[in-house]
Amino acid sequence: MPNSQMTPGIQSGRLSAEAYQENFSDLHPPYEPHEAAVAADRCYFCYDAPCTTACPTDIDIPMFIRQIQTGTPEEAAKTIFSQNILGGMCARVCPTETLCEEVCVREVAEGKPVEIGRLQRYATDKLMDSGKHPFSRATVTGKKVAVIGAGPAGLSCAHRLSMHGHDVDLFDARSKAGGLNEFGIATYKSVDGFAAREVDWLLQIGGISVKTGKALGKGLSIDQLTTAYDAVFLGIGLAGVNALRAEGVDKDGVSDAVDFISTLRQAEDMSTIPVGRNVVVIGGGMTAVDAAVQSKLLGSENVTIAYRRGRDQMGASGFEQDLAASAGVRILENAQPVKVHGNGTVQEVEFEYTETTSDGLRGTGETFRLPADQLLKAIGQTLGETPEEITLEGGKIAVTGAGRTSVKNVWAGGDCATGGDDLTVTGVAEGRDAAEDIHQSLMG
Amino acid sequence: MADISANFLGIKSPNPFWLASAPPTDKEYNVRRAFEAGWGGVVWKTLGSEGPPVVNVNGPRYGAIYGADRRLLGLNNIELITDRPLQTNLREIKAVKRDYPDRAMIVSLMVPCEEAAWKAILPVVEETGADGIELNFGCPHGMAERGMGSAVGQVPEYIEMVARWCKQNTRMPVIVKLTPNITDIRRPAEAAKRGGADAVSLINTINSITSVNLDAMSPEPMIDGKGTHGGYCGPAVKPIAMNMVAEIARNPETAGLPISGIGGVTTWRDAAEFMALGCGNVQVCTAVMTYGFKIVQEMCSGLSAWMDEKGYSSVDDFVGKAVPNVTDWQYLNLNYIAKAKIDQDACISCGRCYAACEDTSHQAISMSEDRVFEVMDDECVACNLCVDVCPIENCITMEPMQPGQTDPRTGEKVPSEYSNWTTHPNNPSAVSEPTLGG
Repeated sequence: MPNSQMTPGIQSGRLSAEAYQENFSDLHPPYEPHEAAVAADRCYFCYDAPCTTACPTDIDIPMFIRQIQTGTPEEAAKTIFSQNILGGMCARVCPTETLCEEVCVREVAEGKPVEIGRLQRYATDKLMDSGKHPFSRATVTGKKVAVIGAGPAGLSCAHRLSMHGHDVDLFDARSKAGGLNEFGIATYKSVDGFAAREVDWLLQIGGISVKTGKALGKGLSIDQLTTAYDAVFLGIGLAGVNALRAEGVDKDGVSDAVDFISTLRQAEDMSTIPVGRNVVVIGGGMTAVDAAVQSKLLGSENVTIAYRRGRDQMGASGFEQDLAASAGVRILENAQPVKVHGNGTVQEVEFEYTETTSDGLRGTGETFRLPADQLLKAIGQTLGETPEEITLEGGKIAVTGAGRTSVKNVWAGGDCATGGDDLTVTGVAEGRDAAEDIHQSLMG
Repeated sequence: MADISANFLGIKSPNPFWLASAPPTDKEYNVRRAFEAGWGGVVWKTLGSEGPPVVNVNGPRYGAIYGADRRLLGLNNIELITDRPLQTNLREIKAVKRDYPDRAMIVSLMVPCEEAAWKAILPVVEETGADGIELNFGCPHGMAERGMGSAVGQVPEYIEMVARWCKQNTRMPVIVKLTPNITDIRRPAEAAKRGGADAVSLINTINSITSVNLDAMSPEPMIDGKGTHGGYCGPAVKPIAMNMVAEIARNPETAGLPISGIGGVTTWRDAAEFMALGCGNVQVCTAVMTYGFKIVQEMCSGLSAWMDEKGYSSVDDFVGKAVPNVTDWQYLNLNYIAKAKIDQDACISCGRCYAACEDTSHQAISMSEDRVFEVMDDECVACNLCVDVCPIENCITMEPMQPGQTDPRTGEKVPSEYSNWTTHPNNPSAVSEPTLGG
């Protein structure tokens, strides 16, 4: 522990080894069997259950909980995986408080929903820990499909295609598959290399060949893909980030939150990750919260999330905001950055208060400064370079139906495509549905 | 404040809550703890004749079924009568009774079906100062194979004979404990009365297999790979017990025969229900085996508070009060028409009422796109299933229609007069004026 929380600048090793261990352990530890039994018993087995309706992948939640109740958690897992092959990761990262658990009738009745996410994890862990893969491939069709991007949408699409007997080449720009599951989410939400284990488990279906280090514009083109394959699915995510429009953002100590999170996700030893004594995160979404909370967990003395609008406008859910608050992160609302001060390296960030008027958001003219030796930008991601033949809409790949793009035999889904929230679970649903549509189109 | 003390056959106890003859009353240590906790009386676990004590199995004696959250709903057992020497039990009964003179001390007995055996045991029990005896004609396992317990209780003539022997050979009040493992509970109760018994107590446990071990393919509790039926008790048997109590209470042959109610009594409310059906007191076993003796405090406070609320000053004010309202189906008012009503403010939209009604009943509940569930009065037959499956208390209620209103299901006006099956045109044996039943 060479440094402390008080050490100025961006430093690593601010905490003891035990503190790192504690801070980056599982956010929601897995249920013991007794806990799962008690939690499962609370489910009312609703008719046409609101939780299932709220789930982007339509998991039959009352059914899988009943299967846990009756002592068959592996059957519960099959119910989950048949709708959502990344049910294990979704159990960890889904914002259940704004999806299934928000509409649970026991949330309505008692303010305490059935803990669906943790029950889903209980079931999926059971099956995955057994090493078994519950699905097998249909007779091989001889059709070949290219799936670009091995994130949630691409993995889901590839798995479903393979189940239907198609051969899949799964490409990813990074050195390993997983996408945001592997590189994008807070470390404490998915510990012990789960994302990589999940990919390995998923690939047990067979028929999927992973090719890393390749992306559109990086060895792949739409022309060449549509010629070589019967169909193409784009699950390329959002590779770019929005630029922060404030004076001085080119100073040292200013970086993108997604890179910070990605570095953390891949780190073997948290004590090697440098973090500022005073960290300011700009933004209001999940990425802002993930970056801010993890800065605090790495030993920052002061961490502030600054958002230009009010809390109710934040992309981060109430649960995420509470998580940030409980970690000791200050959430500053109605403040927009105007200038980054410092002599080559950030020292202070100057903000202007904002107010929402009938003409929209505007600065009030009143400014203040926050000390900062690290500034993380989390103001949204954008689609990276895309082939010009693909029609975009609102900065995303325009799709109709189950992910059909403007180019024949090319589908898209996940964060890169229009429609749905930018969530892991939404990507899984879109990948799966596109696969079904591709299958229909190939076999039709 | 209401007086909850009870006087059953002249046996007084500070409250109407006795512990039934069972493991909790097998020895001095337990019974002292029970009395310290506040139990009004005990029925000491069944004594057998002098001689080598009975033996028990050395594997599991109990099996259970559960509700949500592993709440124990039913328990069965294959334990026999006391396996301790007769003299030890007698000595302990005497000591406890001496120290707790205000509590009821009943001794349960089961000896061979010979007059000499009863003649031998009655004086030694009397000598302990016990307040009464209960004849165990109910135990359905083990002892029944040896001609005792329910083997006696299933033959009314034996009941009458043994009851008579006891009445002739002791001054102590005699309670006959009945087995439910028969077709018509009224017959053994009548036999007990003919034999001179002062009271009946019921029910004893019900023949049961609570579970099957699907690996060993054996009933449970499993003893070295095999199982046998046990006696079932606990909350799950309460409805069966209350029906049998009511049948005896309203049977002209046995009306007025004191009854000690047994079978799943767990709360003050259960006790009040048994007593309303004619029981002068109740006996409890499974509830204390699940939660310990302390629950008697809730039973006392709850019964007392309810009696205050209802204006009952003593238990005699309400014992048997529901008996006149227990009748036969044929006397139920067919002109009484109710409709289910869903309180939309209380509804949490789980849809269980809809699933139950739509899948299994009368398709009388509608479901809207936004999950509003409403009763369709023109289909509702007021079966009550929706009320029973709703997880929210009082969310769905049965609202009676008023005479003169039109029932949208039949299009007919609700008649104001009472009418039952006895005069119904569809009844081949219909009579012109309705009879009201007993």
